[in-house]
Amino acid sequence: MFRWIVVRDLMLAWRRRADVLSTLFFFVIVTSLFPLGIGPETQLLRSIAPGVVWVAALLASMLSLGRVFQSDEQDGTLEQMLLTPQPLYLVVVGKVFAQWLVSEVPLVLIAPLLGVQFGLASDTLLILFVSLLIGTPILSLIGSIGAALTLGLRGGGVLIALLILPLYIPILIFGAGAVDASINGVSSHANLYLLGALLVVSLVFAPWATSAALRISLE
Amino acid sequence: MTPGTLLQVTGPNGCGKTSLLRIICGLTTPESGEIKWQGAEIRSLDEEYSRSITYIGHRIAVKEELNSLENLRISSGLAGRELTHDQARQALARVGLAGRENLPARFLSEGQRRRSALARLINCSATLWILDEVLASLDQAAVTLVESLISEHLSKGGMAIVATHQELQISAGSFHRLELEPPTSGGTAPLGFPS
Repeated sequence: MFRWIVVRDLMLAWRRRADVLSTLFFFVIVTSLFPLGIGPETQLLRSIAPGVVWVAALLASMLSLGRVFQSDEQDGTLEQMLLTPQPLYLVVVGKVFAQWLVSEVPLVLIAPLLGVQFGLASDTLLILFVSLLIGTPILSLIGSIGAALTLGLRGGGVLIALLILPLYIPILIFGAGAVDASINGVSSHANLYLLGALLVVSLVFAPWATSAALRISLE
Repeated sequence: MTPGTLLQVTGPNGCGKTSLLRIICGLTTPESGEIKWQGAEIRSLDEEYSRSITYIGHRIAVKEELNSLENLRISSGLAGRELTHDQARQALARVGLAGRENLPARFLSEGQRRRSALARLINCSATLWILDEVLASLDQAAVTLVESLISEHLSKGGMAIVATHQELQISAGSFHRLELEPPTSGGTAPLGFPS
């Protein structure tokens, strides 16, 4: 069942490649605008890099999150998912996992390349990659709560940003903090561990909250 | 409802046929009263109840990007009743979509899309079928097909609740009709323009 959800969402994403690519291009363009706007001051670019890349990742994930449940709600598939003989929790985890694979993993993979234009050293690029790898699933998990709550609302896209972006603040602080620590030659383990703890907590609670929100949205 | 029963729900538009069916599915919580399945409240049964029912609603859950074969196999897989490639092909042939299995659903007509949703009922082991306006935009041949599917299901001891305005010709099982009354203006005030 879990397998069917993931396979189905990957298939749908493949048929709507443009949606996936637009998120990725958004991320690439936003992060590239900063070096262009600020100019070639290596020291300054290096110090803003963690914040810029992480904020761009947050915004890019907002773009794709609105779509997680939307089309399934419109054509009635979501109702069918509520009626499957498996816990809704698993359905939600499956959909969030697929969303992460499709929309977030490409960002994580391309981020080190974008880090180069900020003059980051190779060990810092590795930390950037790892922090995004741990952090982006949290973005998807927490974002799915907002996506479920705003389901079927007009102007849901803006509302989801207002609801969810404040909840992203801890992830931003620890994620950018890890990269920042690495730039300053300090160990970034503490930040990464905290991100890991956030991942575990959100993996337990977010799908549960999302399930409850979906049931309310579909009543 | 007892095994082999068909319940047809009729009534004017807006009288609550869909709401009733959604309540029976467990999608909507009733304001009062409860739905029981084999003596137990459906909320407490949860997944066990989901295994016993199948629901086709207004929105038929056919993905435009996927072809009929993928739609059928995925929705059956999600419902925990996996179909092999051949089973799915045969089911689609029976609903008259042979040769169009590989066409994305957005190229199908409304009637054909509804037919591909109906293919879910073939090989469906659920005891209770809940079908909402399932005859809409179907031609006579497809209506006959739905009737024979329901008859087969009833003769195997299944049950069905169907909301439709059309007369159903069922050859097996027992038939009941539930006629819902039009909404009265007493409860919620009807929306209207100020005079």
